[in-house]
Amino acid sequence: MYTYTCLSQSRGYNLPSCHMVNLSGFHILFDCPLDLSATTIFSPVSTSLYEQTFTTPSSKKLLDSNNLIPIEPYYKTIEGVHLWNVSLIDVVLISSPMGMLGLPFLTRSKGFSAKIYATEAATRVSEFMMKDLVAMHMEFKQLYGPQETNFLQLFNWEELEALPPSLKEIVLGKNGTHLGSWMPLYSAADVKECLQKVETLKYAEEACYNGTLIMKAFSSGLEIGACNWSIKSPKRNISYISSSIFSSGVAMDFDFHALIGSDPLIYSDFASTLGSDYANALEFNSDDDILLNSDENSEEMEKMEFICSCSMDSVKDGGSVLIPIGRLGIVLQLLELFALHIDSFDMKVPIFIISSVAEELLAYTNILPEWLCNHRQEKEPCIVFCPHWSLRVGPVVHLLHRWHEDPNSLLVLEEGIDTDLALSPFKPIAMKVLECSFYSGIKLEKVPQLLKMLHPKQILLPDYTKQLFEPLSKSLPCLFYTEFETLCLPNSNNLSELNIATNLASQLTFSKMKNEELSISRLRGELYLEHGKQYLIGGKEVKGLETEIGLLVHWGKVDLESLVVELEKVGVKGSFECGSNVVNVVEPNKGFIEVKETSVVISSGDESFGLLISDVVLSLLNGI
Amino acid sequence: MAIDCLVLGAGQEVGKSCVVVSINGKRIMFDCGMHMGYTDHNRYPDFSLISKSGDFNNALSCIIITHFHLDHIGALPYFTEVCGYNGPIYMTYPTKALAPLMLEDYRKVMVGRGEEQQFTYENIIDCMKKVTAVDLKQNVQVDKDLQIRAYYAGHVLGAAMFYACVGDSAMVYTGDYNMTPDRHLGAAQIDRLQLDLLITESTYATTIRDSKYAREREFLKAVHKCVSNGGKVLIPTFALGRAQELCILLDDYWERMNLKVPIYFSAGLTIQANLYYKVLINWTSQKVKDTYATRNAFDFKNVHQFDRTLLDAPGPCVLFATPGMISGGFSLEVFKHWAPCESNLITLPGYCVAGTVGHKLMSGKPTKVDLDKDTQIDVRCQIHQLSFSPHTDAKGIMDLVKFLSPKHVILVHGEKPKMDLLKSRIKSELGIECFDPANTETVSFPSTHFIKSDASNAFIRSSLTPNFKFPKDEITDTPSLHVCDERVSEGILTMGKGQKVKVIHQDELVTMVGGGKTEVEFGYCFGLNLCSLKNVSKEVRVSNGDDSLLGVLNMKLSDEFGELGVRDCKGSLEVNSFRVRVCKNDDCPHRVDRDELSERLECVFFCCNWSILDKSIAWRVISVMKNMDL
Repeated sequence: MYTYTCLSQSRGYNLPSCHMVNLSGFHILFDCPLDLSATTIFSPVSTSLYEQTFTTPSSKKLLDSNNLIPIEPYYKTIEGVHLWNVSLIDVVLISSPMGMLGLPFLTRSKGFSAKIYATEAATRVSEFMMKDLVAMHMEFKQLYGPQETNFLQLFNWEELEALPPSLKEIVLGKNGTHLGSWMPLYSAADVKECLQKVETLKYAEEACYNGTLIMKAFSSGLEIGACNWSIKSPKRNISYISSSIFSSGVAMDFDFHALIGSDPLIYSDFASTLGSDYANALEFNSDDDILLNSDENSEEMEKMEFICSCSMDSVKDGGSVLIPIGRLGIVLQLLELFALHIDSFDMKVPIFIISSVAEELLAYTNILPEWLCNHRQEKEPCIVFCPHWSLRVGPVVHLLHRWHEDPNSLLVLEEGIDTDLALSPFKPIAMKVLECSFYSGIKLEKVPQLLKMLHPKQILLPDYTKQLFEPLSKSLPCLFYTEFETLCLPNSNNLSELNIATNLASQLTFSKMKNEELSISRLRGELYLEHGKQYLIGGKEVKGLETEIGLLVHWGKVDLESLVVELEKVGVKGSFECGSNVVNVVEPNKGFIEVKETSVVISSGDESFGLLISDVVLSLLNGI
Repeated sequence: MAIDCLVLGAGQEVGKSCVVVSINGKRIMFDCGMHMGYTDHNRYPDFSLISKSGDFNNALSCIIITHFHLDHIGALPYFTEVCGYNGPIYMTYPTKALAPLMLEDYRKVMVGRGEEQQFTYENIIDCMKKVTAVDLKQNVQVDKDLQIRAYYAGHVLGAAMFYACVGDSAMVYTGDYNMTPDRHLGAAQIDRLQLDLLITESTYATTIRDSKYAREREFLKAVHKCVSNGGKVLIPTFALGRAQELCILLDDYWERMNLKVPIYFSAGLTIQANLYYKVLINWTSQKVKDTYATRNAFDFKNVHQFDRTLLDAPGPCVLFATPGMISGGFSLEVFKHWAPCESNLITLPGYCVAGTVGHKLMSGKPTKVDLDKDTQIDVRCQIHQLSFSPHTDAKGIMDLVKFLSPKHVILVHGEKPKMDLLKSRIKSELGIECFDPANTETVSFPSTHFIKSDASNAFIRSSLTPNFKFPKDEITDTPSLHVCDERVSEGILTMGKGQKVKVIHQDELVTMVGGGKTEVEFGYCFGLNLCSLKNVSKEVRVSNGDDSLLGVLNMKLSDEFGELGVRDCKGSLEVNSFRVRVCKNDDCPHRVDRDELSERLECVFFCCNWSILDKSIAWRVISVMKNMDL
């Protein structure tokens, strides 16, 4: 039996899903992300804002002129994770750099003792992202001062209820359950401590937990270091598919071969389909090649070409381009593309990457660009990559303040954020805004064929896909999960694999069962569990345990008449009265044999005589 | 199932490493090297022993290359492009990146020496296209049954040990490895594995090396002394590995001593190699890795590219030139110019093949070296022999063998007499079977195999249930802190026709065969004299109450059967399944010999019953009880 709980469903690249599985008695948490899009309810840092906020006479001003909350931001974690007793978590598996951003909150909680596994690359990239976030947040500290203000205590219930609807939903959640998930940001020390607890892996490296679980990460194609997981235990093999991309422009391709034949397959990659209505019924492609010969990458390249040409247009018009996109893979590809474009147009346009960790990050990805600069240019048109896509922290805030009224400038945003809310503090906006969306998962129409190819014994899918996948349930054994609802799934059979040492097996003595084509033998050895496999080896004999007893279990019926006949053969005389169930033995010693429904009781005052009778009784029974 | 290990090269020698292992039906070739000491057919392993017909694709499951040295990879292009092997080939990312440089360099030297070339540049390129690069610790599924995995080996950049497993059998082939970290590479690292076979190199089968730092200091002192006297230092080395290690050493020393004397790299190969080292920094030592973001250790500040015109320029300098053993090429050219001057210094690597200039310089103190019939060079310069080697020493080999504790060890890549010594050490000190086959010999032994079966949950649960025992201290008779938990799994193995072997708990068997369980039990009710019971314990005031009678009995039985534990349950005593109580029922069915006893006075009856499991214990208890009745 194992249980499965979905703690939060994926909402795109920046907010991967979060699940809890109890397998073989171990609690495994998949990912611990941070909902950074919620940061948009706070006022961005900026000097102009500073004036706005602090020149107003009212002492308690809950919202600024843009209807945003002007205090040091809190960060929104996955509430489901905090409802869990953290000390009960045994293993945390990270499947992407974004899936790690909330981890310091968890690792600093009292009682946390789980083992965390993540790929080497995801850990490094995530480290950069977390350090960058902490560094950018320092600006708020400088603005609002060192004392911490609990933003939730600033509001009473009525004030919360009175918030504008868009804000209210983010603060409270749909059912008002999200209040508990707001936290002040972790510190650099928290990040460091968290990273020390992470065990980094290569793709396809085996990690063994407690001798029972064998976990392997396989490339998902989404991002450098992003992965899907396969977990093997003696009883079942679970696979977890997070957002994946068949062939990626930067990261290693989606490696699905190792995920074949799992039970169950947890498929949570519906990030790209969320919210979109899918009209056509899903069906299987007959050809696996269609699946693999993927056009995603060429489509992505087209989008990036488009961004590049728009950017070039802006630059030519004397505007600047601001790209607050956090996806490393996209940034690297855009950088390469920009370099090509700038070369081919024979222009001199500086490209800046402004971030506290940019240099290290790029050194890490082995790009050695001559275009690195930590100064901010103002007049000359330029292209700037910078964090953060929430448009509340980091250099993007200052640059937007400078450029938002320039109609020649261009802002490139990634889809998936409430643009109205995000841009509200920068209004009026004259600069062009280009919203683009990149693949952050497998195309929905490819999913059935993929699932069929992976051949899982069971598939766990989110409930909102029920309509789509139920028609396919003949060939896909689907089960649908709802957020926060724990599914208890019984084992399909009660068996697990056991490896028996040959020297032990060669010592077995088999006896054939009567009337059946079944041979049985008593088996005795030492069971041990190593690297997810159960072994039985010839053990040492244990003192005090009777070894000469022979047969231990008996079954069958004893018939009084045959008992008397058999007794006679060994020289024991006995008789029974009709209707009685007791044989009265008179010679050579006295004794009784009472035959009951589930037992035979031999009464005798002599050890060897008793054994003689019991041998006769046993010969009439089956036993081992 | 068996493991057969055919040694095609590096059997009792160093050179052309190549071992073909058949393991549970899969056949893997480890390394495909060439021998530098031969120019005839002996330079390559005898591939005809793998397949007479030359159908290597069906004869081999895959080829695994451990590192880029020519004695481990030199025959690969020949084997794939000339012999026609098309199957999978695995090596680490750095090996794949650097191997073509080594192979092309070697091919050029061959051509330069006027030898017939064994493969072309295109052959090298085509050969490398067939290679699958692997990362350390990555599990690679070669086919359904064969899995391989690379482990860090130290030796050179990208060197790896390879683990291979098929079914329940597993082995490790080490290639060359180093158990101690050096300037730029870490020490070999491997998991504790269950192995049938370990094939290990044994270059230094008997040598134990001391600390490296003394030898490094010696080298730096010699170089420093030479340049401060205005001399030139020639360091002949191979392009990869040693060159980078010495360069890190020198660059660091130059920085510390604030030396301005130029260090040169001969053009081409080495510079290109340095670039690769920079990109492949993840494969170097932890120290080098940790600092790469601030300063890449392979960004040599004091190192410049050498220009041929500088050959006779005045003033001191240090020059790295290939090849390492001064067997030709640029290092020989420089040697010709610099050897006659006594202020100059030439360093030699630890090992030089016979016939090379390096080898001649190592033997004795020659004043003249004959290059060929007509050319003789006066050697007046100083000679310094480097003595650091990227191979493990004997202690390292023993440590690795002990750590892995495989069932069998095969030694390769060493010299016969020293291998014999190491072999006997492994046998006597570690008790592990050890072989050192010569080339073309095969070693065979059975492989590990487990019988696969299904086990029921009830069986597994019963096996995992703790079986605690609290043995009493013999003297004080109190339970000591010693707790035993010796678990023995008891189950029933069943085999039906056409069904998988199944292991179940005995209770499940009865349901499986569809019958009811029948217990066989014994009963016995007998009388004891009350007076004698009172005599047993004088201190205790014995009343006629049943409880106190049992109390007396309990004391007596606890004395005799303490180790089994006598349980005092209300109205009865129990030892395992044996149960005794005072019986007041004159018609007790277990009272067998009623007639004799009924006449005795002051007789108390004890009724006992027990399961057949405890038949012998029961009778021991009864006899103890009866002996109390005098």
